[in-house]
Amino acid sequence: MRGFWAVYLRELLIIWHRLPRMLLSFSVSPTLYLVAFGFGLGKDLSVGGRPYLEFLIPGLVAASSMMQGFGINVEINVARFYLKVFEEFQAAPISNLAYVLGEIFSGVTRAFLSTGVILLITSLAGVSFCFGPGFWSGVFLNAFIFAALGVTSAMVIKSHADQALVTNFVITPMAFLGGTFFPVENMPAPVQIVLKALPLTHASRLIRQASYGEGLNTMDLFILIGLGILTLFLAYWSVDKARD
Amino acid sequence: MLERGTMWAIRVEELRKRYGQVEALKGVTFTVARGELFALLGPNGAGKTTTIRILCGLTRPSGGRAFFFDCEVFREPLKAKKMAGLVPQTINLDLELTLWENLLIHGLLFNMPKEEIRLRAEELLSFAGLLERKGDKVRTLSGGMRRRLLIIRALMHQPRILFLDEPTVGLDPHIRRRLWGLIKRIQQQGTTILLTTHYIEEAEFLANRVAFIDQGRIIVIDTPQALTRSLGQFAVDLVREDGLETHYFSSRKEAEKFMMGLDKKGETVTLRRINLEDAFVHFTGKRV
Repeated sequence: MRGFWAVYLRELLIIWHRLPRMLLSFSVSPTLYLVAFGFGLGKDLSVGGRPYLEFLIPGLVAASSMMQGFGINVEINVARFYLKVFEEFQAAPISNLAYVLGEIFSGVTRAFLSTGVILLITSLAGVSFCFGPGFWSGVFLNAFIFAALGVTSAMVIKSHADQALVTNFVITPMAFLGGTFFPVENMPAPVQIVLKALPLTHASRLIRQASYGEGLNTMDLFILIGLGILTLFLAYWSVDKARD
Repeated sequence: MLERGTMWAIRVEELRKRYGQVEALKGVTFTVARGELFALLGPNGAGKTTTIRILCGLTRPSGGRAFFFDCEVFREPLKAKKMAGLVPQTINLDLELTLWENLLIHGLLFNMPKEEIRLRAEELLSFAGLLERKGDKVRTLSGGMRRRLLIIRALMHQPRILFLDEPTVGLDPHIRRRLWGLIKRIQQQGTTILLTTHYIEEAEFLANRVAFIDQGRIIVIDTPQALTRSLGQFAVDLVREDGLETHYFSSRKEAEKFMMGLDKKGETVTLRRINLEDAFVHFTGKRV
């Protein structure tokens, strides 16, 4: 696995150089959602006997970790087609797996940073949760899956415009529909079937249940582990195909 | 079976590359001796960069074999990559990282110990005259400095073979000459260099041997001196209304005699020494 550290360290250094800007940018969307849906629209609402804000925050963590995990596709795309840094990795004696894991873990790192920002903002609002292993494993697996999909997308799709299309048509709708802002169970049965197939729905449920201190949802955990392995294979395959 | 201790560093046999209907390489064959600086000279689209990309593992070949010393490149790609350093045509440095960080990442990619990376980076930054800038972001460097950094980054892991893909393209003449000095010094340290260029004077100045490549084929391989000598010593250019015409002569006397006999109405006539470009035009029928 030599080479993994080099790829990951490069991403960490980039994060380090951009950290103030990045943290500020991570805080914009969650703050807006909290203000609009949590304090504004959802002030007097409750879901499952809990204030809506308590329902919303774990959903925001899931959505944000997904977005940040998948967001590495833009970084990789720029590194590959604009800066050509990807060629430095291709010419180095490292395995594709080392490269893929290095990029995925950079996505996971961004996801943890964005989660930290959300938790900081919500703690200022006086909301507290249980942050046990279930919560963090949910964040980790969710970010891992979407970072692996981000790598795949960056390798398969060769233009910035098409990358944006994937985000607009797949990732953004999932962020709203994957059990983040409302319970999936409120939807009509046929829609529920579709929504329950989304990885984010399982991640939201796992993170939310753990946040409430209701223990680990093992079914969701195993589904996410399975998806993590599958998407890792996909990312590996896509990097192997990237040589012309 | 290949012998250890062969005198060549790179051997390429019948290398082919096809992109759909387009055949970019049509059986390229050449060898590069240990410590030699070998130039692939040809126009854009001749197949120079494709050859280097295949040898460095960035592009899959459609056929053929290649060896770095006793290592078969396509069978043992990781072993081959350890032996090679690549300076690509495009400056693919991380602009947001510092010079030191760029070298650090390269060293880690080639599994160098941290202390060795530090020492080697300082040595190379000093060699390239960039030591004082090591903590600056690459974004703040000039084009020539970025090129120098790109070259020393490829030298971090002490490759036995260095691939330089159009290393001076787009640079001012005085910066180009400074880089030539750097490349010569690298060769003097024992590194085998494969250079691609479409600058005639670059190949003429740097290369021990030159291969003319055109439309995916090697046309001829020899020393720059032998290639130019094959045409003679002097050339007379006649610029006429319908274009340029060049005549070659083995001595100045013969050339002057030819000039005396010309009806110079409407013509510009120039007498000069034959250069590598003449040889390229002669062998390929086109200019670089």
